[in-house]
Amino acid sequence: MSELLVAQDVSRNFGGVQALANVSFAIGRGEIYGLIGPNGAGKTTLFNVLTGMMPANSGRFRFDGGSLEGLKAHQIAARGIARTFQNIRLFANLSALENVMIGRHARTRSGVVGAVLRDRATREEEADTERRAFELLRFAGIAARANDAAGTLAYGDQRRLEIARALATEPKLLALDEPAAGMNAPETVALSRLLHAIRDKGITLLLIEHDMRLVMSVCDRVLVLDYGERIAEGRPVEIQHDPRVIEAYLGAPAAAVPGAASSA
Amino acid sequence: MTSLRQAWSALRAFKHRSPWPGIVLLAIVLLVLPFVIAQAGTTWVRITNFAILFVLLALGLNIVVGFAGLLDLGYIAFYAVGAYVYALLASPHFNVHWPFWVILPLGALVAAFFGVLLGAPTLKLRGDYLAIVTLGFGEIVRIFLNNLGSPVNITNGPRGIARIDPFRIGDFDFSRTETFLGLTFSGPIKYYYLLLAVMLAVMVICLRLQNSRIGRAWEAVREDEVAARAMGINTTHIKLLAFAMGASFAGVAGGMFSAIQGFISPESFVLVESIMVLSMVVLGGMGNIWGVVLGAVLLSFVPEILRFTVDPVQRQLFGRALIEPEVIRMLLFGFALVLIMTLRPGGLWPSAVRKRELAVRDDATGALR
Repeated sequence: MSELLVAQDVSRNFGGVQALANVSFAIGRGEIYGLIGPNGAGKTTLFNVLTGMMPANSGRFRFDGGSLEGLKAHQIAARGIARTFQNIRLFANLSALENVMIGRHARTRSGVVGAVLRDRATREEEADTERRAFELLRFAGIAARANDAAGTLAYGDQRRLEIARALATEPKLLALDEPAAGMNAPETVALSRLLHAIRDKGITLLLIEHDMRLVMSVCDRVLVLDYGERIAEGRPVEIQHDPRVIEAYLGAPAAAVPGAASSA
Repeated sequence: MTSLRQAWSALRAFKHRSPWPGIVLLAIVLLVLPFVIAQAGTTWVRITNFAILFVLLALGLNIVVGFAGLLDLGYIAFYAVGAYVYALLASPHFNVHWPFWVILPLGALVAAFFGVLLGAPTLKLRGDYLAIVTLGFGEIVRIFLNNLGSPVNITNGPRGIARIDPFRIGDFDFSRTETFLGLTFSGPIKYYYLLLAVMLAVMVICLRLQNSRIGRAWEAVREDEVAARAMGINTTHIKLLAFAMGASFAGVAGGMFSAIQGFISPESFVLVESIMVLSMVVLGGMGNIWGVVLGAVLLSFVPEILRFTVDPVQRQLFGRALIEPEVIRMLLFGFALVLIMTLRPGGLWPSAVRKRELAVRDDATGALR
């Protein structure tokens, strides 16, 4: 299995807080790779550094055979990393279809002159953009809401729309920040089906998620962060029984818990 | 009520049939208009021409404010740049007399350059902060024009530049009165047709830009800049493009203003003018080209109509003019603005997006109650 993304000793701090401390990992092509950890572990910071929203203090990413060093967010999107946001960032007043069409920006070319003259190439590109956007809405299961303002969609549909918009950029790696947050059980099951369908298209997935049932059922491998440090990596079953992971989530060494109870 | 509803549905049915009868009708009205207006005096044709210049300005500012969501309070500076480029290259001031079809595009380019000049340092600013910087920029340009009269006389300072060339194509002079097919074409009427053509071209450009990849990128930047970047949009480029495009329209309008007036001075480019153009955009309906045109036409004509009616009306009512026309004119004007913005916060003819935005906000406040 060849590697799509390799992170090497990535660090980032905010003042005195070390949000990421020398984090390294590698994601293989076609994998669904989970990223978990307690609140404040540095998961979203890792996303922001990876997608060029903020610079790393040290360390580097290699993606698809090239370095991402010094690239701006829009260049990284063009390289093939798309993301969604923890607190949904749709273009709320634009229609669902327009949202996805905007996702095609990096894969289309027409400029001011083309727009004004509306030559054949521009018209064809425009028609293609709309057709693909609609296909993606259908793929995400929200085609019926194509003409509704994104902000008026139900919460779960907004999450799906964000995924459709990210897919419109034709990513090789799709990074999802808590896609199941706020979803009920049936919606989460439907989401996991969608994630598998995305993987079947040949897209690698990086997934921040708190819903452990979802993580355990869809992820091939999981990376666990705590206080910005990598504390474990492995298959979901291995992670579940890792004492450091249990400690990170429960707040005390597993073995020390009974002792602590007796001393109280 | 019923008949009103019937008329409305008839109108809708008409709207859905074919746009061509309407377009032909509108074209005839626009072509005949200057001769009808000229019956009330050539002054009114001039006022119409200035209204069209303001439509051009409002459409340009709409790209920056309405499409890209960047508040610009110094927009009139680009109008000034276009006006001075024309005045300097077609007047006895430097004794240069280039043809207008060379200077107008050049003026657009120079204005676009100034647009980028303003845009580049303000890329990280939004809302109030951007408004203050742009306001300062507008004033800087005006003060420069006011002071570049010495030691080297470039702009002739506050005295302005006079005897600016009218538009000429060969022997055809736009300022001269001519009779053709028994119709008298005065200077302002000739300019009217030229301005009308430019306005229609600019409207087509705006309408096409709005529904394009570039237009969508502007909308994305306006709605959420972070998400726009994540979608692969180079927000730096796209914002500078908005500033440059908006400024270039003002540059063209400025050049035409120079030629029509024959005289310009820094006084024509004060802050109030920037605010006036912004009012046209906001009142008409930010982001909707038809609304912006409506706003510009209304705000150009209403003060002029008031200028000619306030005094006679007062005399009729009270036997003499109690309040100076100039004072009451601006008072009524301000009152009308406040009234419209209270009753129609999206503008007279809001864009679909703006309508949605307000609807969502109403829902939110409804839920809180």
